[in-house]
Order: sequence, then C-alpha cells, then structure tokens
Amino acid sequence: MPAAGIDDAALAAATLRRQAWDRRLTHLWLILGVLVFAFPVWITLVGSTHDASTIGRGDVPLLPGGQAIANYTAAWTSGGEGRYRASPASLMLWNSALMALLIAVGKITISLLSAYAVVFFQFPGRMLAFWTIFLTLMLPVEVRIIPTYQVIVSLDLFNSMAGLTIPLIASATATLLFRQFFLTIPDEYVEAAKIDGAGPVRFFRDILLPLSVTNIAALFVILFIYGWNQYLWPLLVVNDRGLETIVVGLAKMIGNGDAQNEWNIIMAMAVLALLPPVLVVVVMQRWFIKGLTETEK
Amino acid sequence: MATLDVAGVTKSFGTTQVLHGVDLTVADGEMIVIVGASGCGKSTLLRIVAGLETATTGRISIAGRDVTGLEPADRDIAMVFQNYALYPHMTVGQNMAYGLRIRGLPKPEIAQRVTEAATLLGIESLLDRRPRQLSGGQRQRVAMGRAIVREPKLFLFDEPLSNLDAKLRVQMRAEIRRLQRRLGVTSLFVTHDQTEAMTLGDRLVVMHAGHAAQVATPMEVWARPADTYVAGFIGSPAMNFLAGTLADAGQAVALAAGPVLRFADGPRPGPEGLPLTIGIRPEHIEAGASGLTLPLDLVEPLGSETVLHGRLPNGEALTVKLAGPAPAGPAIQVTLPAAALHVFDAASGKRLDR
Repeated sequence: MPAAGIDDAALAAATLRRQAWDRRLTHLWLILGVLVFAFPVWITLVGSTHDASTIGRGDVPLLPGGQAIANYTAAWTSGGEGRYRASPASLMLWNSALMALLIAVGKITISLLSAYAVVFFQFPGRMLAFWTIFLTLMLPVEVRIIPTYQVIVSLDLFNSMAGLTIPLIASATATLLFRQFFLTIPDEYVEAAKIDGAGPVRFFRDILLPLSVTNIAALFVILFIYGWNQYLWPLLVVNDRGLETIVVGLAKMIGNGDAQNEWNIIMAMAVLALLPPVLVVVVMQRWFIKGLTETEK
Repeated sequence: MATLDVAGVTKSFGTTQVLHGVDLTVADGEMIVIVGASGCGKSTLLRIVAGLETATTGRISIAGRDVTGLEPADRDIAMVFQNYALYPHMTVGQNMAYGLRIRGLPKPEIAQRVTEAATLLGIESLLDRRPRQLSGGQRQRVAMGRAIVREPKLFLFDEPLSNLDAKLRVQMRAEIRRLQRRLGVTSLFVTHDQTEAMTLGDRLVVMHAGHAAQVATPMEVWARPADTYVAGFIGSPAMNFLAGTLADAGQAVALAAGPVLRFADGPRPGPEGLPLTIGIRPEHIEAGASGLTLPLDLVEPLGSETVLHGRLPNGEALTVKLAGPAPAGPAIQVTLPAAALHVFDAASGKRLDR
C-alpha cells in the first residue's frame, strides 16, 4: 500500500514519466554507439568521392564530392597512379573472394567429415584423433608460420592459390563446433535410419546434412570473413602481383611519407573491399535466421 | 506374418550383465508386451531383437530365419520409438517413404503404400506437413505409419505412448490394439505401465533384473503370479505380503500376524514351519464385524471405491480396497478369504502350488 495522501493517478503518471526517461536515455546511448561505429565508415565513403588534392590539403570533408565515378573506375581498372602501383581492384577482389570461399568451403567440408567420424563411429584411436585435432586450436597460423612456410615452399606451393588456402583450412574450431552439434542429435535418428536401411553415407547426406544447414550457414559467414581478412599469411606466401588479395594490396597502397598517397583511390578501394563481406552477411543472415526459427531438433 | 524366437539371449555391458538368458517364442500375429521397472533389461531385449544391439550370446530368429548376425535393415522389422524419431526436415510423407526409397521401390508403389497407410491412420491431410507442425498424437500416428508402410514381419514398440498425455494415451492404446489385430502383424511392445501391458498384450513378459520372471496371458499373470516380484508389480494398489509359516501338515499357514488360515485349494508341499510369504490383493480383503483389527493411518477415497492403508498389530502394512465410501472410525476389522491367498516360498519368492 502506498503512503496515505498519494493517489493512484499520480503514481501512474510518475511511472509513465520514468518510462519516458528510460526510453530517451536508451536511445541516446544507442545513437552515440551508432555514431562511434559508423563515423569512420562515413569518412571513408565521403573520402572516396573527392579528388586527391581536396583530401591532400588536410581538410577532411564531411559531405560527398563529385569524383565518385572517376575514383571508383580508377580503383576498379588500374589501382591508381600513385607511388605504389596497386593491382586493379577487380583482380584483387577476385583473388580475395576465391581465397575466402575456398577457405570457408574447405574448412566446413573437412570439419563436417571429421566431426561425423569422431561422433558417430567407434574406431581405435578415435579419442586420440579428437584430441590431436583439439590441440591444433592452440596453434593458430601466426604461431606455426615459419614451419608452415617451409612446408609450403618445399611442396612447391609458393605463389599459388593452394599455398594460400590450404594452411588456413587446417583448423579445429569448426570441427569442435560440429562435434558439439552432432552430440545433440538424438540417437533415435541414427537408429531409425538404421532400421530404414540407410548406410553411413546416406545418413550423412539425407539426415545429418539437412539438420546441420543452420550451423553450416552460420559457420560459412564467420569463416568467409575470417578468410577475407587474412593479412599476414597472404603477405608472406604470395609475391606474384596476379595473386595479390585486396587486404594486402590496400595496405601496400598506403606509403610512408616519401610520396603523396592517393587517398581518394585508397578509400574507394577500401569501400570495394568492404562490400563482399557485407554482402555475405546480409544474404546468409536471412538464411540462417530462417533456419534457426524453422529447424527443430 | 511371422513368428519370433528368442533363444538364450544374454547381454553384458562391460562387466555388468543386464540380460541373464531370455527365452521367448512369439506366435504369428501375436502381440507380446514386455513389461518391467526401469533397468530390468526390457528395452535392451527389444533393441537386440531390432538388431540395434548385439546379444552377447543367444539367437534371434524371425519367421524361422536366423537373423542374429544381420543388420536392422535386413531383418524385415519396423520400430516405433518413444520420441517417434521423425526426421524433422522431411514432411510426413517423406518420413513414411524414406525406408521404401532406400530399398529402391518404384515411385508409384511407394506413393500407393504411403497413401494406404495414411488413410488407415487418418493422416492423409497431414502428408505435406513437417513433424513440428503436428500434435503429439499425430506424431504418434505418423511413427506408426512409417512402420506400417514397410509391411514388416515384426513390429517393435519402444514405450511409444509414454510421451502422450493421459487421455490421449488411453485413446492411442486402443488404436494400436485395433490396428495390430487388423494387420495381424507379430508385435513386441515394451512398456513400464502395467495398465498398458494388461490391456494391449495377448501375453505378457514380466521382466525382472534381466530375467523373464513370467510369460503368460494378462489374466494368468494377475491371477497366478509366478513369484512375489510379479505379484507386487501387476495390480494396483499392489498386492499385500504377509509373513507366515507352513502349518498343519501343509494344509494351512500360520500368519505372523496371528490367525492360521487353511488353504482353500489343498495342501502345499514342504516341511512344517517352512517360512512363507502370503500375498493377498487389496480388493480381495473383506471388512466386517470380526477378524483382524487394522488401525488405519491413511484413507484415500476414489469415488466408487476407497483405499485404506493401515498397520496390523504386529507391524505389517496392509492395504485394503473397499467398494463404496470410507468406513467411519480409526480402525476396521478385516478377514482374509482363503480362496484369494497366493502362497510363495519366502526364501526364493517362487509361487508354491499344490
């Protein structure tokens, strides 16, 4: 009971006021967050629409200029006229996309199969195999980069797409994720499939794979972006300009002072480098949210 | 149409033996219910028949063909699982057709069989739905349908009704029974529910600690339980057990609670003073003006009948089921009719007959 003399209408009004303030505060905080995260992207977008001298003067324009078409055409076809003559974005985007795709598809394929073996089959050395895979979690590419480099060179895979992708495909994260997921699949599905007469391959294809679609989609997004953002390994293992990826190319375009950077082209290139991952997220997100809401174990 | 023979099946998981030699012969078209408490080995037995587990020793034959070493798919059986195990990404129709598709049946025949089974079960309108869009009872029907389309020699049911609510369970129970009679397929049905067991089975297998304690018709199991375990398991409320010794040259029992009761059906073999366990069902105990005094400590009115719990003066618990409302007062007088007594050897728990 409220204290005497306070009527319910006043209490209700106070509640409304408090809720209104809560909403305003929440929104203020959200808007601040959006500004912090979106501002650099906005600067890049704006920067890619001005000519080199505008940005070169040191004023950072906040509104778009009129050079967008020229800048993007230059980035797409030639990579600019600057100190470091970059490869055209069309080539580097293709290299990056191919690399990220191969890494994502390769990792998912290998992980699905190895998790399938570890979870659903009894064979000697099963746990040893599992723990060996698990241990590689502690050895990311950066840690094993020198021996990996040696191996790739010895295998004559230097300066090749295979050399670029294979070492990045070998990793345990996806295997572990699929293992965890497979462990949640009820034994009855396996047994029902056995009685239906489905062998291991059919069970994998007809039942396990469709049930894993959601996880595959989610992992694909993560792994594609992981592959796309690779910098150190491509920098090391490829020096053929024809195989250069856009993340490496972009970094190389930024010089260290002895010549004018073509910021307008660099920014256009950065925007182009941003688009494919964004596209993958947007397209796949729809897909795996659909999967999340419709799949039932 | 087939018979099933289970011969000397044992099963050990590591050092734990869960089945100690089970023998069972099932006639063509018969419905056998395997009933027992959890952990008695009933599901293991079913899974061995299905081929999902391998027996440590023993043989399984279906329709005279030894299937002990065969894969589940080659045994010509169908199984209905407790959680139905319907593939969630396939429609009802695809779920039912999957086994036939793998066997490589021509498409028109698959479609025809699925339609027939669906009509039989009243689920024709659900064929394009996914399992998650169905209610529990509908899923149950689909699981049955998936078993039926295979036209197997043997149906195996692994507690298929235990995920349903009470009302639906009674309804599906009757439906399964009707369907099994109509199709005449030999069936094995596992349950822990004695009502299901009594109503569904042509014969029951009461499992206890890895043995088949009794294999008989439901009425036989109820009227002449083979040992104290079966006697206590079947019937609700459970049978009362009273200690006593053989007296009067095998003609009577001297109960620890006092009275000496003459057997109605003749003398039991055994030495004078042999320790016995006397069983009597709560509904067979008569209340009256004379007899043993039973102080009551709990009265459960069930409407048409009343269940009374009490302790005899010597400390033995006794449950009595009487027709009609509860009698007044803190104690009643009960008599134990001689014709309703079950006599068991106290040491082995086995039934003692004339």
